[in-house]
Amino acid sequence: MRDPISKKTAEIKPSGIRKFFDIVSEMKDAISLGVGEPDFDTPWHIREEGIYSLEKGRTFYTSNAGLKDLKIEIAHYLRRRCGLSYDPNHEMIVTVGGSEAIDIGLRAMLDPGDEVLIPQPSYVSYLPCVQLADGVPVIIELKEENEFRLTKEELLAAVTDKTKILILPYPNNPTGAVMGEEDLKEIAEVVVSKDLYVISDEIYSELTYGGRHVSIASLPGMKERTILINGFSKSYAMTGWRLGYAAGPAAIIAQMLKIHQFAIMCAPTTSQYAAVEALRSGDPDVEMMRDAYDKRRRFLVHELRRIGLPCFEPRGAFYVFPCIREFHMTSDEFATRLLTEEKVAVVPGTAFGECGEGFLRISYAYSIDNLKKALQRLERFVGRLKEEQK
Amino acid sequence: MLKEKILKAIDKNSKLTPKELAIMLGSTEEEITRLIGELEADTIICGYPTLINWDKTQDERVTALIEVKVTPQRGQGFDRIAERIYKFDEVESVYLMSGGFDLTVIIEGRSMREVANFVSGKLAPMEAVLSTATHFVLKKYKEHGLPLVQENQEERMLITP
Repeated sequence: MRDPISKKTAEIKPSGIRKFFDIVSEMKDAISLGVGEPDFDTPWHIREEGIYSLEKGRTFYTSNAGLKDLKIEIAHYLRRRCGLSYDPNHEMIVTVGGSEAIDIGLRAMLDPGDEVLIPQPSYVSYLPCVQLADGVPVIIELKEENEFRLTKEELLAAVTDKTKILILPYPNNPTGAVMGEEDLKEIAEVVVSKDLYVISDEIYSELTYGGRHVSIASLPGMKERTILINGFSKSYAMTGWRLGYAAGPAAIIAQMLKIHQFAIMCAPTTSQYAAVEALRSGDPDVEMMRDAYDKRRRFLVHELRRIGLPCFEPRGAFYVFPCIREFHMTSDEFATRLLTEEKVAVVPGTAFGECGEGFLRISYAYSIDNLKKALQRLERFVGRLKEEQK
Repeated sequence: MLKEKILKAIDKNSKLTPKELAIMLGSTEEEITRLIGELEADTIICGYPTLINWDKTQDERVTALIEVKVTPQRGQGFDRIAERIYKFDEVESVYLMSGGFDLTVIIEGRSMREVANFVSGKLAPMEAVLSTATHFVLKKYKEHGLPLVQENQEERMLITP
């Protein structure tokens, strides 16, 4: 029989978190600090709007690019939050989560051999999506001493004649790093001078602490070079609704729309109606959740440092990225032992790129009580490791 | 500003210690302790009760909401009569209302008879009280912003990217 699997697909590596998921699902009383999604339920008024749309029988396809009302609300949102003005009719597409927008953005823009710069540690889907789109992924290894921000020098060192796209994943999963306006200006200069495009994954844009998120698209000369990707999963706690969007130059959006209409048809209708409500009156919910995350963030950073796991202060998303190098084991070993000995699940930094070696991703999308319990176990574990080292 | 942050943080969880609050709000333990002291002195923080679902215990309790119409008194409005009512130990809460009646009185007793005795023996005969309408609570779902019924268990997958 012939091999049914394409070489391209076979070469894609499975996600590094799979192993931990399998162990932890079999384990009783494990505490997980391993999730990448909010612990809040979607605010009730948003859920209720989704239910209402079902009651009204709004169960049909929407237009390929998404409900007009939703696109108008997204345009309002981007103006109010980022000072950006997009035409809802031609410069916007509603997608199945931010993930789909990343995928179709890459597919619409890449020819075989085009290079895509991927700063790591970062979200797990960029690299395989580039490979599936016949692009050549080029990893930029971010450094802790820069608090995992991308610097102009690192970018310049990675650019070649073949570079077409820079993926800019901030606020960042898994490091919690953010890029401020000054950081972005330096990157934008290089992007313009080297004639690159940016896919800016801003899915965590509402979750920044101590300074508002700035989109690189809002810098001079950048709107025409940027696909801005955002969505409802993190800001409104709507992961399961699978709803995101991309905004960018009409010529690129039109091509993305072509792929989207043949592969997906349209984003889920119920979710789109709920999302209209989220954008119209969800600001107080976002603020309430951001406040809660901020308290947990401070608590977690303080406690991790106290028990001897150094970490830089993350200013975005809901992750802390502590360093475990002093224990002379790999992230994977550390995480495996922590799970088997103390039943606490975290994700090794290497799940987000090889340069995540020596780090762990700890999520604070959990109640303070849950964090306290997990930290007690973690403290006991770290104490034991320190004893062993003596 | 920090006082408001403290209040918001302990509104649903008064068990947070000054030290924990200091970490979460980016302040010092001394500052938090001082501010909480001030909030207590100003009776902005009036107490630290515990939210208990008595239905799950052996302790029998009955809660009733009573609509009360009263005659306000010259110079003192409703305050004097409200005070005469809220001083009874059985009374949980008293609110002055707009609309069809004047005071909402929430009382808690060990049995319906006890509540009935309170209404007929203490509340209704008061000179300023014109009428009462008693409604018994059958089941409590949510109090102080917190659900008393079992919420859904954690349904997230344990590890996600």
